[in-house]
Amino acid sequence: MGTLSERILGAPAGAYVDRKVDRAYVHDGTGVLTFEAWKNMGSKGLSDPSRLSVIFDHIVPANNSMTATLQRELREFAKGSFLHFSDIGEGICHQCMSEGVVLPGEVVVGADSHSCTTGAFGAFATGVGATDMAAIWLTGETWFRVPESIAVRLEGEFLGAAEAKDIALKYVNRLGMDGGSYKALEFVGDGTGGLSMDDRLVLCNLAVETGAKTGMFYADRITMDYLERYGLSAAPQVQETCTYVQELEIDLADVVPLIALPPRVDTVRPVHDLAGLPVDQVFVGTCTNGRYSDLARFARVVKGNRVAVRTIVVPASRQVLSEAVRTGVLTDIIDAGCTIGTPGCGPCLGAHMGVLGEGEVCLSTANRNFKNRMGVGGEIYLASVATAAATALEGEITEPGVP
Amino acid sequence: MRGAGHAVRLGADIDTDVVIAGRYLRTKDRSIWAAHVFEDLDPSIAPRLSGAVIVAGRNFGCGSSREQAAIALKEAGVVAVVAPSFARIFFRNAINIGLPLIESDLSCPDGTMVRFDLNSGWVESGGNRRPVPLLSPRMLDILHAGGLVEYWKVKR
Repeated sequence: MGTLSERILGAPAGAYVDRKVDRAYVHDGTGVLTFEAWKNMGSKGLSDPSRLSVIFDHIVPANNSMTATLQRELREFAKGSFLHFSDIGEGICHQCMSEGVVLPGEVVVGADSHSCTTGAFGAFATGVGATDMAAIWLTGETWFRVPESIAVRLEGEFLGAAEAKDIALKYVNRLGMDGGSYKALEFVGDGTGGLSMDDRLVLCNLAVETGAKTGMFYADRITMDYLERYGLSAAPQVQETCTYVQELEIDLADVVPLIALPPRVDTVRPVHDLAGLPVDQVFVGTCTNGRYSDLARFARVVKGNRVAVRTIVVPASRQVLSEAVRTGVLTDIIDAGCTIGTPGCGPCLGAHMGVLGEGEVCLSTANRNFKNRMGVGGEIYLASVATAAATALEGEITEPGVP
Repeated sequence: MRGAGHAVRLGADIDTDVVIAGRYLRTKDRSIWAAHVFEDLDPSIAPRLSGAVIVAGRNFGCGSSREQAAIALKEAGVVAVVAPSFARIFFRNAINIGLPLIESDLSCPDGTMVRFDLNSGWVESGGNRRPVPLLSPRMLDILHAGGLVEYWKVKR
């Protein structure tokens, strides 16, 4: 009997455990440091390379000679070993891992803070740093302190124009930027049954914005159906009686379109309160909201119209891009005047394409709005895809209409 | 592990983007991270970090998993960071590169000498000594080795 984290890690909350990891991945940013640290550890060995991945997503394609040279070294190593290697254009690491790789009950570590995303499958998925990852390359395992868990109880159904991102902003606001520190968020309650895998990935993605170690859903019929599309099967996870250190209840019917004000993810207001604020750029994409369902929702609003402000749309993966091409969603987006980027993180981290100028404002579907993150002197507001679409058409922050 | 340094006071929720901005990450030259540490928060902080103990508010190191944030502080000469709480990835990263972190809501003016002993578990400033939670034996071993790279070098 226990929380999902306790069951997967096999020990009660508070215990320290050494656990073999089922999946471990780095990207072009953290991978360079991981490779250096691993070499400096004095071993040429990789423990079970079949579990290890290198996925280029942060600056793709490379923006200058320095980045290109760093990527070349890591690429040559990754191709020459037995790692799974995804070069530029395959997509964001968390999205790639969610496309038929991560399974319920697995222990998953990524050298990126948003590795909590694939907790949506009922996996214990969390982020680590580069040197931690180097030791995982070496030994195939790492240590964890089994987290206490917070129940985020979702009840009811959506009404109006709200979407999963708005629930996420709501719980981040309620818990605050460190309200989940060292803990796991378990999303439970009847309302979870109405949430798609894409919705669940959004909710788990923002867990780290409360400081949480991971966000998790119990694998159920929706998880099974999603995995079946990739030819995978897994057993559902049934909730057991367990102890939560805190319970947070959210009635989905009460959720309205929300927006996080710079520079904190937990400073959240109804979009209505900010309506009319001019923006210079709209960005739709990232590991939060760059999935096919996001692009399709965005396209439904902008189809046949023209965006009033520069708008960058970046598919989260090659699969997403390919599906958007096949269904015509991408054509609708392009015809509305949007710019399409290579599948990857896009402007989110402020390292290339779409960086903001001094005093510019961006409405972004990403998960972070820290000071100067997307460019020195720029300001980032975080909101849902529906809010981004309405805002792109008006050129100012606009409440989305009911779909 | 024992140490001492002058206090450099910072607020709560210091995120890793303001410790070292994304635009400086793509290099192996660690001195670049030290040169730009806290640049977006306040450029006057970096020159005061040599031999310093940062005394900050809660949730220090929130945000990105970028280990460069911990490395930048160490390269700039920071001896230790004291805060009531740390973000968990930053906490692991700091220990893994051999930068001591001390969980305490120590309150002291900027510039005061701060002393600490992680083996017996205390931190003090201005004659006021307070106990701090002990690190696990493994974390202490990693810190004493100088970081996880050195720890594994010896273990192999």
